[in-house]
Amino acid sequence: MAVVEPEHEAHDDHHDHGEFIAHHFESAEQQFDSGKLGIWLFLVTEVLFFSGLFVAYTLYRVLHPEIFDQAHVFLDKYLGFANTLVLLFSSLTMAVAVRYAQLGKNQHVVWYVLGTMVCASAFLGVKAIEYTHKWDQGIMVRSYFDYHAGHHEASMPLARALGVSDYLIWISIVPVLLLVGFALFAVFAKLTEKANAAFFSACMAIAIGGYFIGALAGHFYMELTDGGIGGRSEKAAALMAYEDETHSDHEHTDKPADHHDESAAEQQKETSEIAPYEGPQNDEFDQDIGIFFSIYYCMTGLHAIHIIAGIGFLAWILWRSILGHWRSDYFGPCDYVGLYWHLVDLIWIYLFPLLYLID
Amino acid sequence: MATAAERKKLFGHAENNYLNCTKGIRSWIFTLDHKRIGVMYLVGVTLALLLAGVFALILRLNLWTNTSELLTDAQYNQMFTLHGAVMVFAFIIPSIPAALGNFVLPMMLGAKDVAFPRLNLCSFYLWILGTGFLLWAIISGKGLDTGWTFYTPYSIQTDTGVIYATFGAFILGFSSIFTGLNFLVTVNTMRIPGQGWFKMPLFLWGLYATAIIQVLATPVLGITLLLLIAEKAMHIGIFDPKYGGDPVLFQHFFWFYSHPAVYIMILPGMGVISELIAVYSRKKVFGYSFIAFSSVAIALLGFLVWGHHMFTSGQSIVVTLIFSAITFTVAIPSAVKVFNWLATMYKGSIALTTPMCYALSFIFLFGIGGLTGLFLGALSTDIHLHDTYFVVAHFHFVMVGGTLTAVFGGVYHWWPKMFGRMYNDNLGRLSCFLVFMGFNLTFFPQFVMGARGMPRRYASYDPEFTIFHQWSTAGAMVLGIGIVLGFGVLVYAAFKGPKVAGNPFGAASLEWQSSSPPDFHNFIHQPILHDPYDFESMIYDEELDTYVPKEFMEPDKQPATEPEPQTH
Ligand code: HEM
Ligand SMILES: [Cu+2]
Repeated sequence: MAVVEPEHEAHDDHHDHGEFIAHHFESAEQQFDSGKLGIWLFLVTEVLFFSGLFVAYTLYRVLHPEIFDQAHVFLDKYLGFANTLVLLFSSLTMAVAVRYAQLGKNQHVVWYVLGTMVCASAFLGVKAIEYTHKWDQGIMVRSYFDYHAGHHEASMPLARALGVSDYLIWISIVPVLLLVGFALFAVFAKLTEKANAAFFSACMAIAIGGYFIGALAGHFYMELTDGGIGGRSEKAAALMAYEDETHSDHEHTDKPADHHDESAAEQQKETSEIAPYEGPQNDEFDQDIGIFFSIYYCMTGLHAIHIIAGIGFLAWILWRSILGHWRSDYFGPCDYVGLYWHLVDLIWIYLFPLLYLID
Repeated sequence: MATAAERKKLFGHAENNYLNCTKGIRSWIFTLDHKRIGVMYLVGVTLALLLAGVFALILRLNLWTNTSELLTDAQYNQMFTLHGAVMVFAFIIPSIPAALGNFVLPMMLGAKDVAFPRLNLCSFYLWILGTGFLLWAIISGKGLDTGWTFYTPYSIQTDTGVIYATFGAFILGFSSIFTGLNFLVTVNTMRIPGQGWFKMPLFLWGLYATAIIQVLATPVLGITLLLLIAEKAMHIGIFDPKYGGDPVLFQHFFWFYSHPAVYIMILPGMGVISELIAVYSRKKVFGYSFIAFSSVAIALLGFLVWGHHMFTSGQSIVVTLIFSAITFTVAIPSAVKVFNWLATMYKGSIALTTPMCYALSFIFLFGIGGLTGLFLGALSTDIHLHDTYFVVAHFHFVMVGGTLTAVFGGVYHWWPKMFGRMYNDNLGRLSCFLVFMGFNLTFFPQFVMGARGMPRRYASYDPEFTIFHQWSTAGAMVLGIGIVLGFGVLVYAAFKGPKVAGNPFGAASLEWQSSSPPDFHNFIHQPILHDPYDFESMIYDEELDTYVPKEFMEPDKQPATEPEPQTH
C-alpha cells in the first residue's frame, strides 16, 4: 500500500467532481450505486410496511370467507380496472422518462414525468369517487358501518347543484386550492419573468388537473350506470345479504348463489315486490362486513398516501428536469423515483384482484 | 515516512477540528457531519436514559414497602410504562448505532461521511420528534398505562395517551430505519479500497447485522402501530375483539418486531465488546469469522422466535414447540461470541482500563442474561415464570447488564477520539464498579422473587417479598450513582481533561489514524489500511505520546520492543 505523503492532502475534494457529486463520494459511480442500493432497501421496507396489512387480509379471509364473499360486491370492478390501466400506463411513461433522463434529454423527461403525474392524479380522482360513493351509503369501517341503499340527496348547495356527494366537495378542496394556487403562481411568475418557475407551476396545475379528469370520468360513469355496474348493484347485494341471513338461520358461511349482473337485477325486481325492505343496518351480520371495509380502507388508503407522496417526488423530478439537471452520467434521482413509482403500481396490481375480484 | 511535525499534524491533538471548524448554533442544527450528528445523538439518548432512569428510581422507591406510599396504583402503572417505553424506544435502540455508530462507522471505513448525510440528520430530527410525542403523553397530563408493549384490548379501552405514544414510537421507528438503511449502504459502497468484508472491524459486522434487522423488522412495527391508532380512533375491528378483531394478532405483529428488536439492542453492544476485548488484550481477535457470522446468524434467527413471548397466549401447541426449539438455537451464536472473547483474552496482555472493566462486566452479566433466557424459552419453566420478576430480571441483565454496559465501555473507549481529552481512569473504574455492584444488587434478587411467584407490573406485593424488594431498591440507588458518576467523569474530561493525541490506546482500526478530535474531513491523509487487529502495525511515538501507523515512523526511531499500552 503506497503511503500518501501528507503534502498530497486529500483536501482537493473537488478533483474531477461533477456538479452534483456530493463531497463525500469519490466518484459518480459510487454515488449512483449508493443511491441505487439505498432506494432498493427503502422499497424493501415499503413492502414490509404493507406486509402487515396483507397478513391481516389473509388471516381474516381464511377465518371469515363469507364476509369477503358478501362484501366485495360493493366494489365496482370496472372502476378498479380503469384505475389499474391508468397506473400501468403511468409506469410506462415513467419508464420512458427515466430512459430520456439517461440520455440527458431533459425536455422529454419533463413531458413524460408530467404524463405520469397526470395519471397519478387521475387515479386519485377515481378513488375519490369510489370512496365518497361508499361513504354516502354508510359503507365505512367496522364500527361505523351502517349501510343504507338508495339515492342520497346532498345537503350542501354546491354539492346539490353539481349533483355530487357532500364528501366529494370536502375532499376536493385540497386539489382545488392546489390547482388554483399553482395556476395563479404560474401567471405571477410569468409576469415577473421567472420562466422556469412559471413553466413548473403551469405543469403542476396540469398535473393536479388530472384529479378532476379522474373524478369527472368516475362521476359520469356512476351517473350513467346508476351507481356502477362493476359490482352487483348495491341494493341487490344488500338484499341478498339480508335474505341470506333471514333464510339460512344465521348461517354466515352460505355463499350467495351467483354473481351475474342480470340475475342480480332480476332478484332485485323480485324481492322489491315481496316485502317492505327495511335494510340490514341493525343486525350483526351486516356489521361484520365492515371488517372487510376496514381492511379495504387501510390498504387502499395507505396506497393512496403513497401515490400522494409519489406525486411530491415526481414534482421534484419535474423541477430538476426543467432545470436540465440530467446527464448521461447523472440521472440517479430520476431513476430512484421511477423505481419507487413502479413499486407503488405493483402494490396496486396486488390490491386490485385481492379486493375487487374475489369471486 | 514522515517527519515529527507531519506526524503531529496528522495524529496529534488537533486544536482545529470538527467541533470548532464552524461556529454557532446553526452550524450544529443543520450539520450534515456524521460526527456532529453522532455527538448530538449521544447527548439526546443520554438525556432519555437519565429521564427514564429517574422514573425507574421512583418505581423502586415506591416498592420499598408493599403499601405504595409514593404513588397511587394508577400512577405506578403510568410510571413503569413510561420508564419502559422511553428506555426501549428512545434510549436503548438508538444508543449504540445512532450515537457511537454514527461517529465511528464512516471512520472505520476510511470514508468521509455516511452515504446519505441528509437522511442521517433527518433521522436525528425524527428521534427528537418521536421522543417528543412519547413525552407528550406525560406532559398533556394523560399519561400512558399500557406497558411498553401496548397490548390490545387494554390499549384500546384505556383513555390514557396511547395515540400520542404509539405515534411517537412509529416516528422513532422511522428514525431507526433511516439509520439502518444508511449504514447498510455505507458499509456496502464506501469501504476504503482494499478493505474487504473480512478486513472490517467487528463493530461494523455488529452494526451491519443490526441494520439488517432495523430495515426488515421495523416497518412491521410501523404498520402495527398505525393499525392500533386506527383501531383506537375508529374501531376498525382488526385487533379489538369487541368488533370481531383478534387481540392475539396484535401480539404476533408486535413481537415480530420486538423480538428482533432485542437484537437491535444487543448486537451493536456485542460489536463494541469485540473491539474492546481485542484492543485492551492487545491480541488479534480469536475466531474473527465466527464472531462476524454469529452476528448475522443472530440477526436472521432472531426473526424466527417471536412466539416465545406468547407461550401463554393460547397459540397452538405445535407452534409453541417450534418457537421453543428455535429459541434454543439462538443461544448458540451468542455463546460462540462469548467463547471467542474469552479465547481472545487468553494469554493477552490485558490492560484493566475503564473500557475493559466495562467489557468484562458485560461478558459476565450478558452471560447470566442469556442463560436465563433459556429457562424462559423452555416451555415447562416458562409457564411458571412468564410475567414474573424472573422475566424482568432476565431482560434487565441483557439490556442493562449487556447493552448499557457496552454503551459505557464504548463511550469511554472513543471519548478521547471524540473530544481529544482523557478522563480520569480511576474514577471511571469506580463508576464501573458501582454500576456492576448496584446492578447485581438490583436485579439478582428479582430472579429469586420471580421464581417464587412475584408477578411483574404490580404496585404491591406479599410481605414475604419485602426483603428482596428492599435489596433491589437499595441496589437501584447504587446503580444510579454509578451511572451519574460515569457520565460525570466523562463530561468533566471533555472540558478539563488532559489533552491526548490521536491514538492513546494503540488500537489499529482506521478511525484511530486521525487527529483527536478528528478533522472535519475525518482524515487529513488517506488512512493506511492494515488488519484492524494487527496491533503491531501501530508504533508508539514518544514525542506525541500516542500510536501512529508504522509507515509514518522513521525506521531508526522504531523501538525494538513494544511499549506497554497507555493506561492513564
Ligand atoms: C440469549 C438468548 C435469549 C433468549 C433465549 C431469550 C429468551 C426470552 C424469552 C423466552 C422471553 C419471554 C419470557 C416471558 O415473557 O415469559 C424473553 C423476554 C424478554 N427478553 Fe429475552 N432472550 C434472549 C436474549 C435477550 C436479549 C439479548 C434481550 C435484549 C437486549 C432480551 C430482551 C428481552 C425482553 C425485553 C423481554 C421481555 C419483554 C416483555 O415481556 O416486556 N432477551 N426472552
Ligand atoms: Cu424474545
